Amino acid sequence: MSPPHEKVDPRAVRTEALETLLTEQGLVSPDAIDAILRHYEQDVGPMNGARVVARAWTDPAYRERLLADGYSAISELGFGGPQGEQLVVVENTPTVNNIVVCTLCSCYPWPVLGLPPSWYKDPSYRSRLVREPRKVLGEFGLEVPEEVELRVWDSSAEIRYMVLPERPAGTEGESEPALAARVSRDAMIGVARL
Amino acid sequence: MDGIHDLGGRHGFGASLETRDEAGFHAAWESRVFAMASLLMGRGCFNTDEFRHAIERLDPVAYLADGYYGRWLGAAELLVREAGGRPTPGRIADRTAKRRLDSDPRFAVGDRVVTRNLHRAGHCRLPAYARARRGVVEMLQGGWVLPDSNAHGKGECPEHVYCVRFDGRELWGDDAEPGTSVCLDVFDGYLERG
Repeated sequence: MSPPHEKVDPRAVRTEALETLLTEQGLVSPDAIDAILRHYEQDVGPMNGARVVARAWTDPAYRERLLADGYSAISELGFGGPQGEQLVVVENTPTVNNIVVCTLCSCYPWPVLGLPPSWYKDPSYRSRLVREPRKVLGEFGLEVPEEVELRVWDSSAEIRYMVLPERPAGTEGESEPALAARVSRDAMIGVARL
Repeated sequence: MDGIHDLGGRHGFGASLETRDEAGFHAAWESRVFAMASLLMGRGCFNTDEFRHAIERLDPVAYLADGYYGRWLGAAELLVREAGGRPTPGRIADRTAKRRLDSDPRFAVGDRVVTRNLHRAGHCRLPAYARARRGVVEMLQGGWVLPDSNAHGKGECPEHVYCVRFDGRELWGDDAEPGTSVCLDVFDGYLERG
């Protein structure tokens, strides 16, 4: 019961009602709910994608496998699961930058990036990225030169996309963990450079 | 469906964007909605396509006002209501919607294609901004469950999916940002030879 001066979110009330109904029918349980949430807190997240990127930067054969069949390649590092069963990794180059969106809902490569941030799922990003990607990236603080082609990937089916960012200059000789620490979620969506 | 969810290219949602490093769930109810919907789908009470289409069928004002997990909540409530308050577990969801097809793909990489002018009343994964537009096949993605039928209890009816690239000017006209393109995963039935 919340204190009387706090406004109760009707969605919280509706959620509780739904959970009561579904629990009574044996369709959900607190343990099952907690197990799912633990998985998405601990086992999946951008740290997975960062390790994939660091491996691709340091191991050319792995990079080739990653670009040919993303899901098999991430499986080598122990990553997998829902919303990534076919994963296409698109590499940024000096002449082509890639950015990922789902205009119709929120499709996102969970196994390597975890659950998407709010801005990825909001009408503003979903409506604007396909139409004015250069302007949108500018608002994210990323100025892309005119001569760089921008390729937007709209995840309209079950194939999921992740960007392989360019390796920053001056990182030769760094270990994989050190390189992975450099890789941000936003760079793997394509809205940031490293 | 020509619904509110089909946001690609729409004007009016132009809030300036910024990325925030944020927790996935902003309130406990959000996490519980996520987990409950996942459990119901995992138990086959409804499939992913039915769930996405339920989100699309929400009242447009609620769609925009309730936020991302508010939409999940609304969709779960809608599907539970449509099941008479007693969702029925069904076939356990497959790990993947990918299917082997006996037929060969109609198109090859590099083929020119044009999307059909589809205005289906039900679930369809061709965004409005990409209807009746010319593109080039970029990748063959294999066979996949067709959302248009799977969302309506009409069976999987799998089709070949093609990643098709559309030039920015083809989509947005002369005012398109130069040097941009959009790649979409398009079902076979959405396409004609270009």
